[in-house]
Amino acid sequence: MGNEVGILSFGAYIPRLRLQRQAIAAANSWFNPGLRGLAKGERAMANWDEDAVTMAVEAARDCLAGFDHRAVASLYLASTTHPFDDRQNASIAAGALHLRPALRSLDAGGSLRAATSTLVTALAAAAGTEGPTLLAAGDHRLAKAASPQEMQYGDGAAALLIGSGRPIAQLVGAHSETVDFVPQFRAHGRAHDYAWEERWIRDEGYMKIVPRTIGALLKATGTEASAVSAFCLPCTLSRVIPGVGKRVGITDGAVRDNLVAVCGDTGAAHPLVMLIQALEDAKPGDLILVAAFDSGCDALLFRVTDAITALPARRGVKGSLARRKEEAIYQRYLAFNDLVALERGMRAEGDKGTPLSLLYRNRDMITSLIGGRCRTCGTLQYPRGRYCVNPQCNALDSQDDQSFADRPASVMSYTADLLTYCPDPPAYYGMIQFDGGGRMMIDFTDVDEGKVDVGTPMRMTFRIKDVDAARGFVRYYWKAAPVTSA
Amino acid sequence: MATGIKDKVVILGMGCSKFGERWDANAEDLMVEAFEEVTKDAGVERHQIEAAWFGTAIEDQHVGKSGVPLAMTLRLPYIPVTRVENYCATGTEAFRGACYAVASGAVDIALALGVEKLKDTGYGGLPQRGRGNLNNLYWPNLSAPGSFAQLATAYRAKHGVVRGDLKRAMAHISVKSHDNASKNPKAHLRNRITEDDVLNAPMVAEPLGLYDCCGVSDGSACAIVTTPEIARSLGKTDLIGVKALQIAVSNGQELQYDEWDGSYFATTRVAAKRAYQEAGIRDPRSQISLVDVHDCFSITELVTLEDLNLSAEGKALGDVLDGFYDSAGRVPCQIDGGLKCFGHPIGASGLRMLYEMYLQLGGRAGERQTGNPVFGLTHNLGGFPSQNVSSVTIVGRLGA
Repeated sequence: MGNEVGILSFGAYIPRLRLQRQAIAAANSWFNPGLRGLAKGERAMANWDEDAVTMAVEAARDCLAGFDHRAVASLYLASTTHPFDDRQNASIAAGALHLRPALRSLDAGGSLRAATSTLVTALAAAAGTEGPTLLAAGDHRLAKAASPQEMQYGDGAAALLIGSGRPIAQLVGAHSETVDFVPQFRAHGRAHDYAWEERWIRDEGYMKIVPRTIGALLKATGTEASAVSAFCLPCTLSRVIPGVGKRVGITDGAVRDNLVAVCGDTGAAHPLVMLIQALEDAKPGDLILVAAFDSGCDALLFRVTDAITALPARRGVKGSLARRKEEAIYQRYLAFNDLVALERGMRAEGDKGTPLSLLYRNRDMITSLIGGRCRTCGTLQYPRGRYCVNPQCNALDSQDDQSFADRPASVMSYTADLLTYCPDPPAYYGMIQFDGGGRMMIDFTDVDEGKVDVGTPMRMTFRIKDVDAARGFVRYYWKAAPVTSA
Repeated sequence: MATGIKDKVVILGMGCSKFGERWDANAEDLMVEAFEEVTKDAGVERHQIEAAWFGTAIEDQHVGKSGVPLAMTLRLPYIPVTRVENYCATGTEAFRGACYAVASGAVDIALALGVEKLKDTGYGGLPQRGRGNLNNLYWPNLSAPGSFAQLATAYRAKHGVVRGDLKRAMAHISVKSHDNASKNPKAHLRNRITEDDVLNAPMVAEPLGLYDCCGVSDGSACAIVTTPEIARSLGKTDLIGVKALQIAVSNGQELQYDEWDGSYFATTRVAAKRAYQEAGIRDPRSQISLVDVHDCFSITELVTLEDLNLSAEGKALGDVLDGFYDSAGRVPCQIDGGLKCFGHPIGASGLRMLYEMYLQLGGRAGERQTGNPVFGLTHNLGGFPSQNVSSVTIVGRLGA
């Protein structure tokens, strides 16, 4: 036992804000009355300080719970909404996760199959790889006001750890077809998708390409379709998922809910989100089939192992879905996503230029939230000064790296500031004290009015600090969030 | 063993511009306004000034860097002019430089002038400014009210004070300062307000409302200092001596070490202790006649009164509500209106406080005169409660 290859762990992150579709329809159905028919349920909505990278980092942290993150040998980041075209997005995540420098890394994108195609590749390579591969997928897709996509899309992320050891699920087989079938596209430099007619996507795309791919997979692996216990296929078109299931012979009971009612379609992350939710419900021996459709189709068949019962508890998809706050203000969604010309005030005008040499020199401190632990007196401190901060010590260059990202903390003092610029006022920030030592003055996020006070337990989360709009550079840093909302 | 500054330097004269939203004036105009008053008051001409210290904090809003703007504006005759900046203690730093120059014997007569022209930003509150390239990457985008508001949350938690009680004491502080400023023709905000006005004002940074925050003002203040001997030779009597000049600067302990609880100013406690020692004051509560503290926010004033050891820890709230610091109280605080109402042109503020002490000690404060004061204390607090510059200055009758 212990040298099989497969999925070792999973993690997920769905932002806690859930934009009520009723609110979208109330704002836009004057223009597009058809939206009323979609005005049911809610969609996950990234906070203003979240993007594909930050959400993928949170999913990856969830995934690595109980695993040695320094053993990770490869990091793949899949998204169709990478914040940077040139600056490896995976390298930002690697810094936030404090992965080892000897790391293979890759951004995958270009299709909603980005995550499943990368998963197939990672599984195929796993046997010959010396350490596990972390695959994180996140998407934060924008849509034009009053479009169906605005209703259907959701923001979110998922992560899988792939390698040898005691896998919770092993790959039975995989099959892919690559077809230049374009249900929607987003050209370089464009903010929004351009979609074709749904009936065509359904009849010529999903109902033909997906069954063909799954059929080939089942045949190649000698699997009876009726033996599949869970069938995961992201699709927001009505009746397509059970239709595909019926066409290939998968039982109705095996068809998994697409989570559109509670979360929306999280893009490249969604096949993994659905797979992870199926794993959360799975028992040893189950067969899980996950497929993704876009520019063709990927289909992967997994068999769940006994190890699934021993996986340490985590937030996962179910925990993420349970952690929710209803958002009924559609304007806030527009403002967070820069979809409306909001008067942000003169205080928002300051130059946010980042000296890249300075950021590089301080990358441990800024991106990895590394402070110091004094070898002489044991004091934990952030940031790490050349001299220890303990006035009885003040030793020079006496500190080892000390990560603060996963240490529990609580509020020492705070404010809710309405004067300073914040995309979601008031700006909550304050001093937090870490259990076991160390403290910092830091921005808070995901705070609800009246839900923070001296002593409130906090958890660190990787977020956007601010955006240098003049140069298009996103600055990331850590924030403290109430444990109850994190 | 250092003997300290006590009575080695006297204030020869002081000047102060009208504070306020001076849409009519450049920083240079404000400097001239204060300088015209000080030279007349001191009875000296510019060529008698041998060195100058120039305090300005947010110089990119007005005059720019260096000592040159002071020398250019006042046409100083090629003397040394040192520009200083130390957050809100900037004006006091300028005064300290001038005093030390005189005390050292390097010069006979020195000028300290502070100025700030803040009202050209286009919005209320202090100007937005960078914190330094690295700090910009991780500090919260904190405002002054947001950082000082945290004092209130920590103070409440530490002393088990009910939110409403603390707000009421803070309101009393602001009402008192408005009352005092109504008698001060140079003050920025001269309207009187009620406790209800304070409690019902819009929130700025929880729990600080609009009336818990000081004014953002344009203004300039200055002092000319010399030795007691030279002052007498110039015909001056009833001299006002410098008793103590102390500054303490945070070294990261509050922000990064696990001792400070956020409810007080560690620096002010140290600076006050040193200042009392330097001035020979053993019981400040009974010996200090009046104080002008750095009331950038009402909570700052309340906490500072404890840090200055005028009220016992946790007891300032009661003293404030009992009127101990009112104009008719035992130790009037902010008799000129304070930062709250006289206004807060950063580089000028420390010198503005000394201006009022100078008037009070000389019995020249008109309607605001508080009997026969002997020792006046001024205090500045620049930065944030978690990392700051604190100054404590004591002036008083020479020989007292």
